Amino acid sequence: MAEENKIEIRNLYKAFGKKKVLDGVDLDVRKGESLVVIGGSGTGKSVLIKCIQGLLMPDSGSIKIDGVETVGANVDIHKKMGMLFQGAALFDSLSVWENVAFTLIENDKMKRADAKLEAIRVLRQVGLAPDVADLEPAELSGGMQKRVGLARAIINKPEIIFFDEPTTGLDPIMADVINDLIIESARGLGASTLTITHDMASARKIADRIAMLYQGKIIWSGTVKEMEKSDNPYLQQFISGSSHGPIQVEV
Amino acid sequence: MINKFLGTFLQTLGKPLVAFVMNFGFFSQFVAKSVCNCFIPPFYFKLLFKQVINIGFYSVPVVGLTTLFAGMVIALQTYSGISKYGAESAVAMVVLISVTRELAPVLSALMVAGRIGAAMAAEIGTMRVTEQIDALVTLSANPFRYLIAPRIWAAIIVMPLLVIFGDIIGIFGGYVVGIYKLDFNPANYINNTMNNLQTLDVMTGVVKACVFGFIISVMGCYHGYRSKGGAQGVGEATTNAVVSSSILILIFNYLITEMFFSR
Repeated sequence: MAEENKIEIRNLYKAFGKKKVLDGVDLDVRKGESLVVIGGSGTGKSVLIKCIQGLLMPDSGSIKIDGVETVGANVDIHKKMGMLFQGAALFDSLSVWENVAFTLIENDKMKRADAKLEAIRVLRQVGLAPDVADLEPAELSGGMQKRVGLARAIINKPEIIFFDEPTTGLDPIMADVINDLIIESARGLGASTLTITHDMASARKIADRIAMLYQGKIIWSGTVKEMEKSDNPYLQQFISGSSHGPIQVEV
Repeated sequence: MINKFLGTFLQTLGKPLVAFVMNFGFFSQFVAKSVCNCFIPPFYFKLLFKQVINIGFYSVPVVGLTTLFAGMVIALQTYSGISKYGAESAVAMVVLISVTRELAPVLSALMVAGRIGAAMAAEIGTMRVTEQIDALVTLSANPFRYLIAPRIWAAIIVMPLLVIFGDIIGIFGGYVVGIYKLDFNPANYINNTMNNLQTLDVMTGVVKACVFGFIISVMGCYHGYRSKGGAQGVGEATTNAVVSSSILILIFNYLITEMFFSR
């Protein structure tokens, strides 16, 4: 049912020069669903998420958010979205709380004192102590930066949250902590989430549904249980992490 | 054989031409967007103030030193050149005209291009490669209004003030050499300077400063905004920002001089 879809992508194409990155992607993210897109490095996962966010203009195709076409349209889609970037992408020139409260101060015109209190509340929610608020992003560890990035992504209570490789570069325990926070945050807000990752442990934990992107196309999608039972050779090779199989890695 | 040669030749010629046209297009689009966004709210006054301090206040020592020594050198060189014709009294006038029309605006701009243009390219370039600019967009902030407009406004506001400061210091440098090295009479030197002081000379420098401020900020922001790759990309952006703004400063210096002083 189209009206149940928060994001609806049809026939999405994007190429950089002669390299076709997205080659007719069809994908839906349902309301309140956690969809994880898996795929190897360079298969276009980040390009997909950037096209949805309007950071890249697709060559052709359709992206609808809440049924509204966004490709080529002058609509502000970002107010209902939040994003956790791979490297957190915190602003170096701002303190931690200013990063978290950025949208409250700049878009909602909230007073700085109130915005700081709200930022500290959300920082607590992601497991960070209030004294972190006045630190600079450079003073934080990788895991703490991800938490701050998560706090920034959820502070304006978005309806859709994107996670770009949320556990990359973290140790397994911290990765699991971030996974738990993602689940808690998304469920708490009732948000739809789209995560791109090649960390299968993370995908298994946070996904309601998994889709695999290969050579610019979604070649498989289903639940985690269906994934484990699938006989799709591409999917099986990817989740088993084997170098032998139909997916040929260019060395 | 001939076809193959012709094909290779045209390809060799065509690739850089296409790249040039594309880059020119990107640059024109960037400048147009930057200028438009300078006049569209919201205006980030706190960021503007920060940039004014960064570009203006912290450039004072380097501009002061540069123009001081330039004024001193001009006084010495002019004296050694014209003293044989008994025209020593013209030293003050030559220092005044050289400093206000050319040396203060051009040397200040080149120094600021090296200091601030490079810093802008490095800062915005780092923001680009670490996805901070993408993050700004996802937070509904327009990077042109948030990052670029305050830098352009600050450079345009601050450069004339730096140049006027440079004028004063440069003339003072000429005065110091004139009095303590060349044994001129202080009162005569000051009189000569004041009698030859023309509003047009100072205004030319101020107009040049505004244009140079625009060039420095736009080139710094453009190269930073378009940087890619990583540390190497940011390094290239920094170099390109300084080189391109320095060349444009020299070209526009001639064009503005031609506009004001050609008969």
